[in-house]
Amino acid sequence: MKKDLVLSLNKLSKRFGKVIANDAVSIELHRGEVLALLGENGAGKTTLMNMLFGHYLPDSGSVEVADSSGNMHPLPLGNPQAALAAGIGMVHQHFALAENLTALDNILLGSEKLFSLGRNTSAARAKINGIMERTGLTAPLDELVGRLSVGERQRVELLKALYRDARILVLDEPTAVLTPQEADALFKNIGAMTKEGLSVIFISHKLREVLAFSHRIAVLRHGKKVGEMETAKADQRSIARMMVGEDSPVTKREKLDPGKPVLHLNAVRVTGKSARNSLHGVDLTVNAHEIVGIAGVSGNGQNALAMLVSGLVSPDEGELSVEDNIITRFNPAAFIKAGIGRIPEDRHHHGVVGAMSVAENLVIERLDDTEVQNRGFLRSGAIGAIAEKLSKNYDVRGPGAEAPARLLSGGNIQKLILARVFECAPKLILANQPTRGLDLGAANEVSRRLLEARGRGAGVLLISEDLDEILALSDRVMVIHDGRINAANTTDRQAIGMMMAGEAA
Amino acid sequence: MIRIEPRETTSRLWNIGVPILSAVIALGFAAIPLALAGANIAEAYYQMGRGVFGSVFAFTEMLTRATPLIFTGLAATLAFRAKLWNIGAEGQLYLGAMAAVVVGTGAIDAPAIVLVPIVLLAGAAAGAAGMAGPAYLKNRFGADEVVTTLLLNFVILIFLQMMLEGPLKDPMSLGWPQSEPIVDNAALPRLLDRMRIHAGLILALVVAVISHIMLSKSVWGFKLRAVGENAAAALHAGIGVKRSLMGAAIVSGAVAGLAGVSEVAGLKGYLTADLSPGFGFTGIVVAMLAGLSPIGVVISAVFIASVFVGADSMSRAMGVSSFLADLVVSLSLICVLIGGFVSNYRFVRTAKRAA
Repeated sequence: MKKDLVLSLNKLSKRFGKVIANDAVSIELHRGEVLALLGENGAGKTTLMNMLFGHYLPDSGSVEVADSSGNMHPLPLGNPQAALAAGIGMVHQHFALAENLTALDNILLGSEKLFSLGRNTSAARAKINGIMERTGLTAPLDELVGRLSVGERQRVELLKALYRDARILVLDEPTAVLTPQEADALFKNIGAMTKEGLSVIFISHKLREVLAFSHRIAVLRHGKKVGEMETAKADQRSIARMMVGEDSPVTKREKLDPGKPVLHLNAVRVTGKSARNSLHGVDLTVNAHEIVGIAGVSGNGQNALAMLVSGLVSPDEGELSVEDNIITRFNPAAFIKAGIGRIPEDRHHHGVVGAMSVAENLVIERLDDTEVQNRGFLRSGAIGAIAEKLSKNYDVRGPGAEAPARLLSGGNIQKLILARVFECAPKLILANQPTRGLDLGAANEVSRRLLEARGRGAGVLLISEDLDEILALSDRVMVIHDGRINAANTTDRQAIGMMMAGEAA
Repeated sequence: MIRIEPRETTSRLWNIGVPILSAVIALGFAAIPLALAGANIAEAYYQMGRGVFGSVFAFTEMLTRATPLIFTGLAATLAFRAKLWNIGAEGQLYLGAMAAVVVGTGAIDAPAIVLVPIVLLAGAAAGAAGMAGPAYLKNRFGADEVVTTLLLNFVILIFLQMMLEGPLKDPMSLGWPQSEPIVDNAALPRLLDRMRIHAGLILALVVAVISHIMLSKSVWGFKLRAVGENAAAALHAGIGVKRSLMGAAIVSGAVAGLAGVSEVAGLKGYLTADLSPGFGFTGIVVAMLAGLSPIGVVISAVFIASVFVGADSMSRAMGVSSFLADLVVSLSLICVLIGGFVSNYRFVRTAKRAA
């Protein structure tokens, strides 16, 4: 399927301080083609697209774009206006829409004259209606964006790009926020757009949709392009190998007999501000050598359960015991001391202090430890040594132990948290959505560490909205619905799904 | 064409260079109103420099003026690092001064070696209490400390005026609302003969060094910084957030209280309701100019004191308004805020279209 070239990135390189984000990456895109750009978190996908779109200025390399008659011209770099004028449109993962304006206003925003007295939108409306008809992208133009669903907002973003006559569309993880049905609809629309001659680059983690909807796949790893292939010749396994550089280890769960209970909740009631923060009479036991998976639809009390086991809220009724001790002091410090390791759901806001260094974040939960402090003063040498050791053992990659934690990618922040939690050899680990948003490599690492802790004799309370993850890791599956937790007693997806929806299994 | 893009790391040189450059630019801008006032600019700046560096007396006067600013700058720094917005250093300064007067005007008869520490402790305790209240209200009820500390300034000032008309009034003052003089044994010693510079400066420098060490090297400071940067993560990590905030409040208030003690027991010798020309508020500017670094506070306090003292002497020599000092200080702060933006972003020349 050799078609006319529309875009060519030639040996683009970009470094941030010591980190090489892109190393001489070259990519070509043809007319009517859907190119999937794959790679782990921090592989350099977003940086590459930001250079194409002019948000970043590359250190070296060049970009050529075809004009409407197919002749290639060099694109002035570091200039978003030039990229727009050349027909490149980008839809970011986080939408750039004004919620208090209508969909139509958002589409026109930036392409209208700044100084004009009247405003005639009928021509624009006709053009947008035409685009909607041809591509099947529909959005209620006169509705405020704040009232639109996520899928509709994304279509508004796409319409905005097409309205500006984009011939090349870059989508950064377009399906991350969509339901499966919305995602399928999106790809159907993309199919219609490519028939019109539009070319699409989309960034994704999800191998399934990449295989189903792209024509060609390019894989980035550590800032370098490590592979490129026709989608027809690719399969999940070969792509996954290219992304992580090796065969991703299959999570193997050996049979272990459960030990003594490490966490026991007895008729616990938590009254939160809303139903989603409440628990109603929960009984739950997690034993040593056991992973207990809590399946459920988001907002059914997972948050309350996680806060309770983190020590952030205290129960109104009932008891919580760790091993044989009934806990009376509900604060995070007491819980850490009792041997509970916590992997929080929101790793950026609850897991790390972004402005403080990687080393400081690694020791933040054990400031009373004499290895870290001496009579109230930090032992900076020892902390440095700990940071170096943990960064190496847990493969935390970034600009170094003294750099602020916010410079790390999501996957590396999670590895930092893993290092902090597992290094204290906790008896119980609360893992709340531990792999959400992580790439394959980091997600596998999380699973491996959780299984390793289980093997060592820890109990794991795994809260996840990803049923596949729950089924792959858990010894026992419980279902949370409306603040109540019941044993699933089955691994049948259908049955668990019924329970998650609140129907008796 | 020039474009702005965020910078991932800021170099040390930038962090130091930007405030200095900002100060220079601010002085440059101040030349405009000077010229408009009809003054010879070179001569004006010469007079300003002479007012600060022209003699030992001028220099010590500047340091005397910098002393309370170091204290109040540190008070702001210690609170702001925990994102506790203590706008009440002015009131805490007066609380410290009142406590110094209560114990230091003859109520206790003791040698200086005993009495001076007592006066200092009393002032620090009073200042600490003045900030502990708002911090308690914040921790317990979520009361916004910006509002409570700001308004407490006025409450404390009116309370002071009441005290100066009542229990603290000096019967020998011929009706003026001022306190009895601090006894000799309670006064901070002078550092030089016939100069007003006093041991409060040494104390301020010591407090600055201790603040620096506590913030960067102690577990207490670690927790305080963590709470300031991300309270939710700090709480999750087992740090007592409320406790840390209360700690920051007490230390911040205590240091502000020391500013009052230093002024009363080191400089003036008695307390009046115009002891401080807004040192508490200027301390916030000092702290921001210093980028909330305790050592930086010393430098920025010296700079601001130089501007004030220099402008005073310039206005005397040249017959222009000394309000110019306020102008330079304000301009410096604006320049530093812009400079802070510049050091977090960088300007990039976009490549020309290759032909």
